[in-house]
Amino acid sequence: MTDKVNESRRNLLIATSAVGAIGAGFAAVPFLKAWLPSERAKAAGEPVTANISKLEVGQKIQLMWRGQPIFIVKRDKTLLETLPGLNDRLKDPESNDSIQPEFAKNLHRSQKEELLVMVGICTHLGCSPKVYPEIVPQAFDADWKGGFFCPCHGSTFDISGRVFSGSPAGTNMVIPPYVFVDENNLIVGVDSLEGGA
Amino acid sequence: MGKAVNSSKSSTGLMGWIDARLPVTKAYKEHLSEYYAPSNFNVWYFFGSLSLLVLVNQLLTGVWLTMHYKPDAEQAFGVVEYIMRDVPWGWLIRYLHTTGASAFFIVVYLHMFRGLMYGSYKKPRELVWLLGMFIYLALMAEAFMGYVLPWGNMSFWGAKVITQLFGVIPYIGDGLLEWIRGDYNVSDATLNRFFALHVVALPIVLLLLVVLHILALHTVGSNNPDGVDIKKNKDENGIPKDGIPFHPYYTVKDIFGVGMFLLVFMFIVFVKPDMGGLFLEHDNYNIANPGSTPEHIKPVWYFTPFFAILKVVPNPLWGMIAMFSAIIMLFLLPWLDRSEVKSIRYRLMPFKVALFSFVFSFIALGYLGMIGWGDMEKLVARILTAVYFGYFAFIFFYSKNEKHKPIPERLTH
Repeated sequence: MTDKVNESRRNLLIATSAVGAIGAGFAAVPFLKAWLPSERAKAAGEPVTANISKLEVGQKIQLMWRGQPIFIVKRDKTLLETLPGLNDRLKDPESNDSIQPEFAKNLHRSQKEELLVMVGICTHLGCSPKVYPEIVPQAFDADWKGGFFCPCHGSTFDISGRVFSGSPAGTNMVIPPYVFVDENNLIVGVDSLEGGA
Repeated sequence: MGKAVNSSKSSTGLMGWIDARLPVTKAYKEHLSEYYAPSNFNVWYFFGSLSLLVLVNQLLTGVWLTMHYKPDAEQAFGVVEYIMRDVPWGWLIRYLHTTGASAFFIVVYLHMFRGLMYGSYKKPRELVWLLGMFIYLALMAEAFMGYVLPWGNMSFWGAKVITQLFGVIPYIGDGLLEWIRGDYNVSDATLNRFFALHVVALPIVLLLLVVLHILALHTVGSNNPDGVDIKKNKDENGIPKDGIPFHPYYTVKDIFGVGMFLLVFMFIVFVKPDMGGLFLEHDNYNIANPGSTPEHIKPVWYFTPFFAILKVVPNPLWGMIAMFSAIIMLFLLPWLDRSEVKSIRYRLMPFKVALFSFVFSFIALGYLGMIGWGDMEKLVARILTAVYFGYFAFIFFYSKNEKHKPIPERLTH
């Protein structure tokens, strides 16, 4: 043994260690990826199609996507005209802190003005709000302009799913990604007809 | 055992044969019969050995629970009822495990408070403290995942809210959330992986950390209520004058502690295992239901101080950062406290007031974390959070030129 370091062997050692470390990185991939949703879970989370040809104004159809209820509600001009006037009673009128696809970051929070597609889970603690589409005074709001009311903790939302000030919920209702196939059919769970969420 | 004082292995007989191959006698002497601990340990020094006792209880009852439990979202809730009603003595084994979880945190919190009081985290015991903090982290993960396994409604919603914390991280949050849950919601996949981590992975990590914690402690030696280094005063044999062998002196003392602990512990197990909803929450007697949210989602009592800090901040991301910072501050303590004095006995009133305020804020936040909030509670929680973090700021600045009472050369008893 001498004190002298054999440079070429030292370099070989460093190179070997580096290759080994890269190998260990690759070996970690299957273990990390095994935590992702399985094919079965993904299949259960597939996009769902809804037919809206028979939906009347004020009506709601409900379907399930990824274990969450999806509300589809048809609105008319009267309901939509209430929206601008509500802005100062809302927590997040512009939907800046809320979750929605880019196309729904507007007053009516939808792709087609009259049609609201929304995850039917209260942003407070996950109960399912009920729709009250009539413009009549309610026990929970004397000046009710139509919207959603959560029976669990009394959160109220307007007909676009925007949360009223004073509600326990902090943000507007979540809008899922969806796309229209034709006039009467839409797919919830994808951004475009080519797929991808 | 060999009679020679300085030889670390016997050379004859069966022990001689073993010692030539495995250092049993050496280890026995190093860690028990010739590990010299300060002779002035008081009541506060029970909680280290007691946490070891609770760990053994958790491992033993845990293995037995695994013999009947099924990590399946369809069966988990029912199988816990089955263990309680149909498995012979199953109720006792489960109550020992659930009460043990809370007892673990009680003894660990008292053990940590002892460290704060007597400066046990300070040089040269920084690694002892850090390893202890990692044990605490592993214990929190272990307890959280264990709480999900009965698949009651609070299990489900607790898991949902806590995993949701990772979803607020910008950019990677949504993907991270799916990766942790293994599904688009807390589901069977989540339950199954939590079971694997709770029963296999984390106990191995915990055991390893406990071994390292004790090895590091036995390298630097135990602190004591005076904070005096007993290794500075040794007799002609190199034995600290103020030290006594751990065995038999402290083994006997600790057995007394075990007796007192078991009196209280078994009383709770037999008489009040749910502790009025504190150890076992009422909402968890209902099966997990993704469509029905409990009135107040809250974690079990030992997490509530941090849960309150999370709720104090309106923005979820900053709330999570505040909550994790509250734990990280404790990791930094050995370097925040720059004073040369260790024990509270020789520190002055400002430190005592600060430590008392810190403990008070922790307990009060723990209470606030369990109840629903109005404006008043929110304000109080904000003040208490400021006190909690203020302690670390105070220690950092105050300890720089801290005045203190004269520190004795030897233990005072």
